Amino acid sequence: MSHQSDLIAEDISAYLEAHENKSLLRFITCGSVDDGKSTLIGRLLYDSKMIFEDQLDALETDSKKHGTQGDQIDFALLVDGLAAEREQGITIDVAYRFFSTDKRKFIVADTPGHEQYTRNMATGASTADLAILMIDARKGILTQTRRHSFIASSLGIRKLVLAINKMDLVEYDEAIYNNIEQDFLEFAQELNAGIEIQAIPMSALAGDNITSNSANTPWYSGPALMEYLETVPVGDERMAAPFRMPVQWVNRPNLDFRGFSGQIASGTIKPGDRIKTLPSAKETTVERVVVHGGDLKEAVAGQSVTLTFADEVDTSRGDVICAASEPAEVADQFQARILWMSDDAMLPGRRYIMKMGSKSVTALVSGLKYQIDVNTLQDKPGKTLALNEVGVCTLGLDQPIAFDPYDINRETGGFILIDRLTNNTVGLGLLDFALRRAGNIHWQALDVDRETLAEQKEQKPAVLWFTGLSGSGKSTIANALQKKLYSMGKHTFVLDGDNVRHGLNRDLGFTDEDRVENIRRVSNVAKLMSDAGLITLVSFISPFRSERRMARNMMTDGEFVEIHVDTPLDVAEQRDVKGLYKRARAGEIKNFTGIDSPYEPPQSPEITINTVNSTAEEGADQIVKWMQDKGFFS
Amino acid sequence: MTGKDQCVRRETLVKRPSMSETIVCTPSVEAACVTKTRPASGQNSPFRKNIHSLLLWQLWVWLRLPNGSLVCFVSAAEGHIVAELTHLDRLEAESIHIMREVISDAENPVMLYSVGKDSAVMLHLAMKAFYPSVPPFPLMHVDTTWKFKEMIAFRDRKAAEIGMDLIVHTNQDGVEQGVGPFTHGSSLHTDIMKTTALKQALNKYKFDLAFGGARRDEEKSRAKERICSFRTAEHRWDPKNQRPELWSLYNTRIRKGESIRCFPLSNWTELDIWQYIRKENIEIVPLYYAAKRPVVEWEGSQIMVDDDRVPEALRVTAVEKYVRFRTLGCYPLTGAVESRADTLEDIIQEMLLTTSSERQGRTIDRDQAASMEKKKQEGYF
Repeated sequence: MSHQSDLIAEDISAYLEAHENKSLLRFITCGSVDDGKSTLIGRLLYDSKMIFEDQLDALETDSKKHGTQGDQIDFALLVDGLAAEREQGITIDVAYRFFSTDKRKFIVADTPGHEQYTRNMATGASTADLAILMIDARKGILTQTRRHSFIASSLGIRKLVLAINKMDLVEYDEAIYNNIEQDFLEFAQELNAGIEIQAIPMSALAGDNITSNSANTPWYSGPALMEYLETVPVGDERMAAPFRMPVQWVNRPNLDFRGFSGQIASGTIKPGDRIKTLPSAKETTVERVVVHGGDLKEAVAGQSVTLTFADEVDTSRGDVICAASEPAEVADQFQARILWMSDDAMLPGRRYIMKMGSKSVTALVSGLKYQIDVNTLQDKPGKTLALNEVGVCTLGLDQPIAFDPYDINRETGGFILIDRLTNNTVGLGLLDFALRRAGNIHWQALDVDRETLAEQKEQKPAVLWFTGLSGSGKSTIANALQKKLYSMGKHTFVLDGDNVRHGLNRDLGFTDEDRVENIRRVSNVAKLMSDAGLITLVSFISPFRSERRMARNMMTDGEFVEIHVDTPLDVAEQRDVKGLYKRARAGEIKNFTGIDSPYEPPQSPEITINTVNSTAEEGADQIVKWMQDKGFFS
Repeated sequence: MTGKDQCVRRETLVKRPSMSETIVCTPSVEAACVTKTRPASGQNSPFRKNIHSLLLWQLWVWLRLPNGSLVCFVSAAEGHIVAELTHLDRLEAESIHIMREVISDAENPVMLYSVGKDSAVMLHLAMKAFYPSVPPFPLMHVDTTWKFKEMIAFRDRKAAEIGMDLIVHTNQDGVEQGVGPFTHGSSLHTDIMKTTALKQALNKYKFDLAFGGARRDEEKSRAKERICSFRTAEHRWDPKNQRPELWSLYNTRIRKGESIRCFPLSNWTELDIWQYIRKENIEIVPLYYAAKRPVVEWEGSQIMVDDDRVPEALRVTAVEKYVRFRTLGCYPLTGAVESRADTLEDIIQEMLLTTSSERQGRTIDRDQAASMEKKKQEGYF
């Protein structure tokens, strides 16, 4: 293990005292496998003696099996965690590593380098104080270096280490190092101001300038990587910023105590300080700063505490407690930068759940102003944001929230967007500023519409159109299906030919014209029901292709599902559940489909159900499966 | 290039606000050299947002440029006037934040309590998170019936002391079939009495949020698991389809039947746990401390004879040794290490000087490198 200071063996208590007071540095490593990123982390763990003997044994075995370094130890295998990754030889997620030295404890977020993993990198960067950018000395600054720098600086990382790696493969050439550093510094002027950059020539594989300065680079007199990581100030700018604490939980053990629990996002607080709770903007004084084991005289950014107030001020989860003299802003319209993290594109006009601090609200992405190309940092026009794309958007919320611009406060300016149907986290956002003049532009659009109604029911509306001969089993299957959907918590309604003819269509007969009008009316009713967010099961013989096409054209794309209940005439006639075929054959019923009126079978129905060899239950299962596959339920 | 050259170059090209700041002022101010002492928090300074908070002193040098504008160079020394949070402070605050955050959205939360040292720390953090309230959820222990007797006694006493409800669940089907490690082997026993039992219990009580004490440093596949890890209605974990966790924002939205496993100790290491136990004086099961105990050799591990269910042929080979346990589970599956470490300091010292990693004492994940990942996908906590 790393803590090999002789102190451990000699005076463990003194050692522990010293190590209890270590500070913490969280950093992220960016770059691709080819740049030697995993190798670097493996090397840091190895050189800080964080690898146990049994792990080392396993590593040697693994190196021979999967390694890319011949008989040498492949440090990358220490780091690439999931089995799939080991097989493919790539890193596909964010992995967190821990190591400590005598001076500091480190948490490393190891993230993949390829463009399709931009979101993973952003995830790692959101909690990091510092980023190590891996650069292959043979290749210099690449598109991905620019992309990584952009994401790291956008997410508020203020310290970048330019790890110019594989110096051993360019014969430790100083000129190459200088050129790369110069190129990068020029590029860095396009990034956020106030970023500190430290370039270090190294070889992760050979160990040059990792823990100590290498004899191979006598021309380099800067710090070795570990020395830099151990000493770079973790300037906690949060302590100097005005006080902010999102309320997570109202603490009410009994009638005499009412406290507000949260983690201090920025600033400091002590009894007697004047505060304001937002968005209600009520002002009061802090009475106590409560923690287990005794009240605090003062608490600072990063601490989790419980505050009590001098006055009864109505405060609840999601509110933000601010310094009264310097409160956060309150608004419901914003401009924000959004990085999209889902396979389903972001569509302006859609509503998402926005979570910021401890508050969740409904957000409408009202417009995409432009996209930012993560590789060139240039603006480009766009209508939607696909996975890993970044854009500048306008947002409208269903209620005002307290916030600070992200560049000033990470904790009160960063948010996530959650899909209301799948509950997945689909985007991350950085609030830039409130759109004051636009106070009323878009909330109108948040009126309850068909999409809202469907989302409320956690389903995608559909019109399941059962067509087939009389007695083919349409209604039986539709009823079985409705039961299944009901038990799945879906909201449905069955429109049955017989029922509708008793009411709405009582005035219609069975001539061709009346049949067309019958279907027109039913289609309209089905359309209204799907607008209401329902899954509508329409069970009508509907013998003519043209009117089924009319029904299809009336519905929103993708919502009309034609289900052919395919029962041959002889089978239907044999069943003759209602005795209708017998009467038709006897001439008692005119214009009976299949007997003296034609049935035009669908040419390409979404689903065909064979009722000869399967039960109604099986037919219903077949439809549920199809709907599942097509994403109607997720 | 010398180090100094490099430093100068870096500072001229890129602003370093914490160390030196250039501010252009109005030309009416006379050139002057000012030395000024500033308070730590600098509440009234116009430059407060740009300058590091922990300032001991600053030197301001004013120069007039040929174009008439005035430039002020500020150089500053940093100090620790406001106490900086230590790594343990930061870990504690983060864990408390996580607990408060996720229970607010959950309908029916529970804390899985395994009686081990990580559980002890997690429970202690829960008490701190909700103080002066009692944590607003019950504890649940999945009892395989093969836990050390000392663990069970400790568990019951602890729950009573804190005043939290304790749910103990055992897979009764497994008990009726007489499942145990000696007769059925470690993997079948673990599967039936632990994994299946846990699923049974979560289904029975319909918990939608379960806290667990797992840490990312324990094992490679855990290093990639989220703090709030989503489980399907069948309790499965899909490592390729995890919700991204940004900042300290946790998305715990689920639908009926689905659940969240939350790991508030994700970012702690074994050493952090021990240091925190020592700093906070947290009580742990005495089995962690070395004492003379009867042990036998079974399947390559030294196991303790905790009751008569150890097969007689084995039991007669028992010898008294000074041993302790680095992890606690079912007694036949938890290997003891020979040790004389009977104080916390000795244990930590031994841990720091030792050469085998923590889980080696457990028989569960030695068989193949990725076995834990497989178990987790199937629902093992």
